[in-house]
Amino acid sequence: MSKKRLIPKLQLKTSSFDKNRMVLVITKQFDKVIEIGDAVSQAKIYQDQGADELIFINIDRQDKDIEKLSRIIRKVSEEIFMPITVGGGVTTEEDFRVLLSNGADKISVNTHAFRHPEFITETSEKYGAQCVVISIDYKKNAAGSYVVCIDNGQAETDMHPLDWAIECEKRGAGELLLSSIDRDGTNEGLDTDLTRQIAEAVSIPVITSGGCGLAKHFSDGYQVGMADAVAAGTFFAHRDQNFMQTRSQIRNAGVNIRLFT
Amino acid sequence: MIGIVDYGMGNLLSVYSAFDYLGIDVTICKTPDELEQADRIVIPGVGAFKDCIGKLHSENFVSKLNEEVLVKKKPTLGICLGMQVMAKRSFEGGVHEGLGWFDADVIKLHPNDPALRIPNIGWNEISHREGFPLFKGIPQQADLYLVHSYYVKCNDPQNVVATYDYTYPVTAAITKGNIFATQFHPEKSQDFGLRILENFLNWNPANV
Repeated sequence: MSKKRLIPKLQLKTSSFDKNRMVLVITKQFDKVIEIGDAVSQAKIYQDQGADELIFINIDRQDKDIEKLSRIIRKVSEEIFMPITVGGGVTTEEDFRVLLSNGADKISVNTHAFRHPEFITETSEKYGAQCVVISIDYKKNAAGSYVVCIDNGQAETDMHPLDWAIECEKRGAGELLLSSIDRDGTNEGLDTDLTRQIAEAVSIPVITSGGCGLAKHFSDGYQVGMADAVAAGTFFAHRDQNFMQTRSQIRNAGVNIRLFT
Repeated sequence: MIGIVDYGMGNLLSVYSAFDYLGIDVTICKTPDELEQADRIVIPGVGAFKDCIGKLHSENFVSKLNEEVLVKKKPTLGICLGMQVMAKRSFEGGVHEGLGWFDADVIKLHPNDPALRIPNIGWNEISHREGFPLFKGIPQQADLYLVHSYYVKCNDPQNVVATYDYTYPVTAAITKGNIFATQFHPEKSQDFGLRILENFLNWNPANV
């Protein structure tokens, strides 16, 4: 039985001081981007603290240079021996190949998969379903209904995230990464309702994210939201959170996660 | 020197980096002839079975691998899909013939609990055969990382040296003579994984 996973999400953008470099950032509701440091050294800290996987996402709205992203992944994978998911601006099979050959294990696709759902099937057949993670950003629209958002959360669609999730699985996705835009960076807790609806409707693993501010939010994600994994960015990066302590608290809540002795 | 078989797919860098990190002379072998120089062989694997075996054939690796692994009996490690291609055949996306080194089929995971996911992605507690040299220093129920939808079902239970529970015992590692292969990813399993790679480097199957 796979243990529940705890996944730091490292969001990247091109540095405002050096266009050739990508830096680690945190966000609030997909806006208000703050540069906080070096992704490689932060990734090493997460490894030492026993993170179960790492997710790297390029959230830069202008710069979607896959080569630049792959350079960071290469550096990370030369020193870090844990599973790595990478995404942000992936639109071609060649992007898959470049990122995989630089050390990524799974590739996350968002907007391009939404606009061209056949891309999910093509990459799943070529690289295996386990490699294809579909990232679904969602929020509640003005009418209060859940909708999928694309283009870094900038564009609302009229698709319900549950319908899109089912479609992704049907087309060959191996895993789903859900992100609540409304809750991103707010520390108010995960959207366990929608997470649960999706987790119950699909048979592929579901990672949920957006809103973790307390250890309890994580255990709620697993126990109430039925998620297989919870990812968090701000929670681990911005505050001086003790990863090991968070883990113990989650474990004490009765969640089967890895613990180091 | 460790030779990593490069048939042009997937993530070789992680396997390479892990051996490099252990201070080992390791080479990515893009052509079959380069394998002659290797003392030990690693077959990694990401992707679909059909593409993997297809590439091994089209890049002319198959006859060279048979010679280096089966005739010269070099210690060989298969990882994930690199393990699955060693089976007789796979049922992933049709029926495909493998290398046939193990009397085994590759079939889809079939947990008896609809809540369990396919693919199974994550850290699973591995039970392994006591005293088997590749698991030296690895406690029972150690967490190792796997990501797969299909697994190797061996007809000879003697080949199976490790399993994990997915409502039934799923093959996690197999062995036969000089061959050792894992469904989990040692290069992604942090300290325990590196220990298994180190054990592979020290493995001398001729002495078993």
